[in-house]
Amino acid sequence: MINYVFKRILSVIPVLLIVAVVVFSITYLTPGDPARVILGADATETEVIELQEKMGLNDSPIEQFTRWFGNLLQGDLGDSYFMNKSVMAAFADHFMPTLSLALMAQLIAILIALPLGIFAAVRRGSVLDQTVMGISLIGISVPSFLLALILVLIFSVNLGLLPVAGYQPLTAGLDMHLRYLLMPAVALGAMQAALITRMTRSAMLEVFNNNYIKTAHSKGVKEKKVLFKHALRNAALPILTVIGQTFGVLITGAAVVETVFNIPGIGQLIINSVERRDFPVIQGVVLLISITYVLLNLIIDLLYGVLDPRIRLDKK
Amino acid sequence: MENDILLEVKNLCTYFSTEKGKLRAVDHISFSVKEKEIVGIVGESGCGKSVTAESIMRLLDEKNLVSYEGEILYKGNNLLSLKKNEMQEVRGKEIAMIFQDPMTSLNPVYTIGNQIVEGILTHQKISKKEAKQKAIDLLRFTEIPSPEKRFDQYPHELSGGMRQRVMIALALACNPKLLIADEPTTALDVTTQSQILDLLNKLKDELNMSTIMITHDLGVVAELCSRVIVMYLGQIIEIANVEDIFDSAQHPYTEGLLNSIPHIDGDRSKKLNVIQGTVPTLDKVPVGCNFAGRCQYATDKCREVEPELKEVMDNHFVKCWNYELIRKTNKEENEIATPY
Repeated sequence: MINYVFKRILSVIPVLLIVAVVVFSITYLTPGDPARVILGADATETEVIELQEKMGLNDSPIEQFTRWFGNLLQGDLGDSYFMNKSVMAAFADHFMPTLSLALMAQLIAILIALPLGIFAAVRRGSVLDQTVMGISLIGISVPSFLLALILVLIFSVNLGLLPVAGYQPLTAGLDMHLRYLLMPAVALGAMQAALITRMTRSAMLEVFNNNYIKTAHSKGVKEKKVLFKHALRNAALPILTVIGQTFGVLITGAAVVETVFNIPGIGQLIINSVERRDFPVIQGVVLLISITYVLLNLIIDLLYGVLDPRIRLDKK
Repeated sequence: MENDILLEVKNLCTYFSTEKGKLRAVDHISFSVKEKEIVGIVGESGCGKSVTAESIMRLLDEKNLVSYEGEILYKGNNLLSLKKNEMQEVRGKEIAMIFQDPMTSLNPVYTIGNQIVEGILTHQKISKKEAKQKAIDLLRFTEIPSPEKRFDQYPHELSGGMRQRVMIALALACNPKLLIADEPTTALDVTTQSQILDLLNKLKDELNMSTIMITHDLGVVAELCSRVIVMYLGQIIEIANVEDIFDSAQHPYTEGLLNSIPHIDGDRSKKLNVIQGTVPTLDKVPVGCNFAGRCQYATDKCREVEPELKEVMDNHFVKCWNYELIRKTNKEENEIATPY
């Protein structure tokens, strides 16, 4: 297992390097001179040249990259052009709401999807199975902003149960925090729930066809134990893959829902930065999100090893 | 004589509900297994051997839209009328089963030990420690080297033969009276095959177990079984003692099976005898004798009226109109050589 963990962690390094290079080149791929962007349309040519010189924009790309990467290794992603703070600080400010939202959406999705998926698999072909599959198809097809608006209409406008929009940090109390996040989380998690339900169902059905399930039955093992001990553990790998991937999507894809509910998350930060051509922020946020993604996949990979001895003990 | 019957199958039919309608995979079969007896069930793929076995274990309940007719009497109790939880008590404890493919029959994410202990603890109220000791004893009994080490290993770390031994250990976990072995050697290489067969023989001698041996390999039958049931398209077409099957098979299908075995001392340039055609699918079962379409002796009567399974010699049952004719032809041809 230690071997496996070590190898997986090592394999992350080249991925992160490639990400760093791609992220750095964003500045070169997008039109517009940063110095000109910072100074605005009224700046004189001398001011622009002065600032270009000061920012080192005239150095060769290699030199610039080395400098940027050196700073990166020290945890310095530079400063925002517009928001009087470092990229790290801006990211930290906006990350908590997004993470909270994503975690809650994922939790709701898993709590709904796993039981439904298992149930649909056990009762495959039944009315219940078809209903669950039908609803999950709708769940995949309905865009999150539409669902968000419908939820707002029902629970805020008509019933007055939940706030229309906004965000309260955890420091304002857990119940306030949850009250504001509940609708966004449901809107965001619905599609994940649908995906996980379908994956759980098909993974379970595939496992049911395996001979070791027949062996378990032939031992006289109780139905429930066959289901949860023998079948679910084997079906866990594909389910886990989907959960891991969708969690990445939740973090990066929350922008739309964040906009609808006016939540100051990463999505808003990115949209604002792109509009203002705040390159250090764009670079930094994209890089940090990529790192989150890679780490998330690393965790999933490690969980594979925990769940499946064939992966853990592979000597190759 | 009647008292030592362990399992009696009476007029069993197993139906599957499919898109093509209700298919009869097992068609009115009756046979019995005595104590300490090894009975072979032979036939081509798709003849209903495995379905028969899985019907006895009621393993099909879990999967398909299946329905049964007839009776399966185990120690006088009809297994088909048992409730689900009552049947779970029978599985593993009274009747155990091993399967064709040892590579996929063990759960890949649990250790060998875990899986055997689970079987033991399902039916016995003993401590985990005792169960572990028992599991190791079982592994030793099935001649697995260094059983203590194997206990903590995963299925993928073992060879096919070893896994089949583990399956046998698993099946023996609660001292069942009847073992159903569904093609246990088919997926193994020849040397491993014979080791597993020796092991199965040992079960009969040392544990007084009865075995139903399902196979398409007549060599396995010759080596192990005392009685043979030949199945074709869901029906039993011949039952006889093993010597009688090899010496004086009565049914043209059995004869065909025997003739299709290659002989080491035979003329190699000569083509091997094969049974013409293939087994019809279940939705196209013919009227009359099921085998008539492929039978070289078939007459109009065969194609119109289904023959009964009847006793033609002592303890030798055949489902054929023309068995006398076949017996005669065979004698004239100076009888088929017995390969074993």
